[in-house]
Amino acid sequence: MRKEEKMLLDCDFDNEAKIVHVDTRKIISGKKEYSDIDIILDREVSHTLSLYALKYFESINKKTINNYKIASICGDKIYTSLLLKKNNIANLKTLIAFSAQSARDAITEIGFPCVIKPPVGSWGRMIAKINDMDAAEAILEHKSFIPGNNHSIFYIQEYVEKPGRDIRAFAIEETTICAIYRNSDHWITNTSRGGNATNCQVTGEIQDLCSKASNAIGKGLLAIDLIETDDGLKIVELNHKMEFRNSIDITGVNIPRLTLEYALGQS
Amino acid sequence: MGECPVCGSEIELEDGVRENEIIDCETCGAELEVITLNPLTFEEAPEEQEDWGE
Repeated sequence: MRKEEKMLLDCDFDNEAKIVHVDTRKIISGKKEYSDIDIILDREVSHTLSLYALKYFESINKKTINNYKIASICGDKIYTSLLLKKNNIANLKTLIAFSAQSARDAITEIGFPCVIKPPVGSWGRMIAKINDMDAAEAILEHKSFIPGNNHSIFYIQEYVEKPGRDIRAFAIEETTICAIYRNSDHWITNTSRGGNATNCQVTGEIQDLCSKASNAIGKGLLAIDLIETDDGLKIVELNHKMEFRNSIDITGVNIPRLTLEYALGQS
Repeated sequence: MGECPVCGSEIELEDGVRENEIIDCETCGAELEVITLNPLTFEEAPEEQEDWGE
């Protein structure tokens, strides 16, 4: 349980609703009906466990937020990029390569520098900026020795020189409720990696782009990462189990409370 | 009062701490999960996995 989950559990709704913690690790299918639970708000930190838990709860007719469809798309950068491209929503040039050899060709096509990311992962973990073909070959070889499927398909993205920051916008369905700048001298700006958060005014451009993404993926809660480019804002990724501990005070928006009010409104 | 399973130091928690919350041992810095509140027991927090995140 992270700070976010604790903030959610600490929200007081008097007698209107009770917020309880379901420990995913203790679930055994069919052992419990969860008849006292109307809505499942997914906060499971593991993407794999989250997907199975959502599928399970949906199979026993529980309303889930975010639902399995949204979680499966947002939790996989490949699915996210395909969705954004299909819906003509501004995003970074991305190629998906299905072997190390085709990854080499894709990197050449994107050009240097470029960025390679595991399809599933977060917090800036195991992403790499590739400055030349020597680095590309080294990274592709290293990936070939990492077990599991997450490094045998290759997500390669253009590198954009940022103005020392990117933007994270928080959206409830098509409404952007607040946004922060994530400031850092490093090209990785995640607050979990030392990025400093400051308030970002929600402009019409932010609202418009986030609204398009929300409409494309379906009704739910999103944290949308945006990058400022010479061609305007572009989406880098969509997050469906957003962390917000660093965003409440600086935006003045009670994100956990609005999250739960939204969830309760779906019951 | 509980005991850190890593270094054995005694740990006292502030009010409002919940079961399954992750806390840091102030003595050794280990990340601990609160398993029970009464009695107060801890286990080492699960190690971060590759699919963890937002």
